[in-house]
Amino acid sequence: MADKLQFSLVSPEAELFSGLVDQVDVPGTEGDFGVFAEHAPFMAAIRTGAITVYNDGTETRYMIQGGFADVMPSGLTILAEQCALMSDLNAEMISEEINKAETALAAAEGDASLDAAQHLDGLKQLSESL
Amino acid sequence: MASLKELQNRIKSVKNTQKITKAMQMVAAAKLRKAQEAAERSRPYSDRIGAVIINLSASMAGSEGAPKLLVGNGADQVHMLVVTTADRGLCGGFNTNIVRKAREEITALEAAGKTVKIFCIGKKGYDQLNRLYDDQIVKMVSLKEHKTITGAIAAELGGTITSMFDAGEFDICKLIYSQFENVMTQTPTIKTMIPAYAGMGVESEDEGPHAADSVFAPDLQGAAYEYEPDEEGILKVLLPRNINTQIFSALLENSAGEMGSKMAAMDNATRSAGDMIDKLTLTFNRSRQAQITSELIEIISGAEAL
Repeated sequence: MADKLQFSLVSPEAELFSGLVDQVDVPGTEGDFGVFAEHAPFMAAIRTGAITVYNDGTETRYMIQGGFADVMPSGLTILAEQCALMSDLNAEMISEEINKAETALAAAEGDASLDAAQHLDGLKQLSESL
Repeated sequence: MASLKELQNRIKSVKNTQKITKAMQMVAAAKLRKAQEAAERSRPYSDRIGAVIINLSASMAGSEGAPKLLVGNGADQVHMLVVTTADRGLCGGFNTNIVRKAREEITALEAAGKTVKIFCIGKKGYDQLNRLYDDQIVKMVSLKEHKTITGAIAAELGGTITSMFDAGEFDICKLIYSQFENVMTQTPTIKTMIPAYAGMGVESEDEGPHAADSVFAPDLQGAAYEYEPDEEGILKVLLPRNINTQIFSALLENSAGEMGSKMAAMDNATRSAGDMIDKLTLTFNRSRQAQITSELIEIISGAEAL
């Protein structure tokens, strides 16, 4: 494939990545999706999970907790609420997050509990994949 | 004329003051660098989220189901001003400039017959506004105990504002903060947060680099946007987050501005202390010389008399 995708990953605290890549896999709330160059304009909410960035045969994984993916003709922008490089994380940090999410789930009501459950589920999957 | 001892004491005390202001300046310079970096790091996110909302609101604004945070609740009677200032003083006109901007806005709104409520973030702004608008201040938050500003603090403040809006406590919400241009210039800025649609342009006194124009208009090249979940679902999550982001970046801009302003103020103070020391030393030397001369004259005239 000749064309590359302009991809930027920003969180409120910092811009984590910006550059050209081959493909990005994103965990959307309605299901995972992959984005290549010249993807149709599209916007999706993101659930807790892992973003995988493919470039020149290498894979980079980021943990993301909530946010939005904005696909425009000019490229893909991910607005992450919280985001970190997977290689910077260890099992302890994730299990800490899981504990937090469990207490949040116990306290949540109504719609919020659904979100909390999804968040917890995403974290558990992450910890398994680590 | 003051005695030599008195002059000596004055010089010593001014020197001590100078040491303090110099230390404060250096601390502010170090903190400024950090704050500036934080502010710059947050800009891509807030620019993008602004662009996304513009994008979405263009398709949503006309329709009936548009969220209230985006188009407002139809009224514009009760205005709430979120005035963000620093928690500490000794930073030149920084806080006063923000408060002045807030006062102008309040006067203008009241002249138009609107009700104004004030939400103070930062102690100094509260102190100044409290004297004039005591009964209009609905809330005051000090961030003194937080060493660094995190997204979580902003999210908490944003949550408070959003729930106040949901409870119908105000119709329009404006954010007043100081946009950091550089160490010498911080521009007090008013931004409308709710309804978000009206807040797309920044009302800045002069056109800063972050005025509305710089929020790039997306080029869709004729293609239609698709949403997952639907527009409404996305906006419902996105709009409160946009408020959090705006507060977050305002706080970061403020803290950079505060430090810049403090650095400049302390630099001035150090310099005037230096001037004062020079002047006092000159007076000290002169009066010492005068004393020596008069003592000599006494001795010489005493010797001559013999």
